[in-house]
Amino acid sequence: MDIIDGLTAWIGLPEWLQSWVHTGSSTLILIVTITVPLMLAVAYLTFAERKLIGYMQARIGPNRVGPRGWLQPIADAVKLMFKEIILPTNANKFLFIIAPILSIGPALAAWAVIPFDDGLVLANVDASLLYILALTSVGVYGVIIAGWASNSKYAFLGAMRSAAQIVSYEIAMGFALVGVLMAAGSLNLHDIVTAQSGNFTDWYIWPLFPLFLVYFISGVAETNRAPFDVAEGESEIVAGFHVEYSGMTFAVFFLAEYANIILISTLTAIMFLGGWHPIWDVAPFNWIPNIVWLLGKIAFFAFFFLWFRATFPRYRYDQIMRLGWKILIPVTLVWIIVMGSAMFLTPYGDFFH
Amino acid sequence: MLENYLPILIFIIVGVLVGVVMVAMGAMMAPNRPDSEKLSPYECGFESFEDTRMKFDVRYYLVAILFIIFDLEIAFLFPWAVALEEIGMFGFLAMMLFLGILIIGFVYEWKKGALEWE
Repeated sequence: MDIIDGLTAWIGLPEWLQSWVHTGSSTLILIVTITVPLMLAVAYLTFAERKLIGYMQARIGPNRVGPRGWLQPIADAVKLMFKEIILPTNANKFLFIIAPILSIGPALAAWAVIPFDDGLVLANVDASLLYILALTSVGVYGVIIAGWASNSKYAFLGAMRSAAQIVSYEIAMGFALVGVLMAAGSLNLHDIVTAQSGNFTDWYIWPLFPLFLVYFISGVAETNRAPFDVAEGESEIVAGFHVEYSGMTFAVFFLAEYANIILISTLTAIMFLGGWHPIWDVAPFNWIPNIVWLLGKIAFFAFFFLWFRATFPRYRYDQIMRLGWKILIPVTLVWIIVMGSAMFLTPYGDFFH
Repeated sequence: MLENYLPILIFIIVGVLVGVVMVAMGAMMAPNRPDSEKLSPYECGFESFEDTRMKFDVRYYLVAILFIIFDLEIAFLFPWAVALEEIGMFGFLAMMLFLGILIIGFVYEWKKGALEWE
């Protein structure tokens, strides 16, 4: 930082411009310290997925590139970079290129408000949960635009399915968040975590257990992961909305999907599993740094995403829509009313705080 | 207060830039040898029959319309849930009335079969 400050002063920039450069460059450095580990985590999540599913199917998984296959994600990235990007003749060229960018932009930008530890957050804003909800909604545009712009029937079908599925589960997700807000009384993710401080009994997973289930299931559906992956549906519509994408444009979609998995895992950990708080606030549990607890919880939920993929067969489309509209939404509605009634009509309201 | 949102704006720009840079790098590094077969839309080994922008199931529209209604309701619920302590009993009863009306609508659309996919 001092180097940049000294440089701007030496060039003789005006005072206001110097402070602009100062805040801008320090923010950029912070953003890089979030983005680079995130990208690495995404790369190694794909490796973890292939290895884990391999072991679950009694195979070894990738083991050729580097020791025990540890360089596999790097090799994949390099390979994809040198693959031709195909622009189909009938495609809308501009929309076709813009779609993957629209899906990775929000997947990364959502991390601006994630608190990693007490005070360790890039932007501690009061509307952070609203911001997260807004950005995860923008992600669906990438899918729709990709399917539409490709002008291919498989892509179109995949995009229609996935758009309807994502908007359906977003309602259940939003209702589940309303329950969290009622318990915490704040939209600020930092305050939501602080409200759960103490032992694991203070985490929101207990009073909000139905909402926790709904939120995590909706999260799996929002990211188009198995068993809700009809948007890709390899065996019926080949690859769904990104069937026409190749090379780096495909890689960007892929990265966005895995970044979203990590994001959903993080949000679940923050809102229902006490974020960075240790499981028990006594030694030796609180000797472990807080951020390690958060990372552990994220890894725990991310593992579920991979486990689901290895375990569950794909839902049929009407079953997906029925689960979203007829089971998850009523469950959340009922639980919101139960919470409100308990807070105002019975003496047991404290249970939900 | 508002300057807290500046990092968010920068992060959005960086996020989009990451996508742009990656696609641009792919476009520069990769070979580009198009031919008419390669560029035709993928359709299990034969020429595509008709244009993709054809008629599609009206139920997708229905889901979109229902989504707008319910999403608006969530937009109402968010500030209500945050301010629950201050607005007290009156706020609670008002929202229960609102939810009641909405649940009637939900039951109606359920009975009408708007949520059926066969």
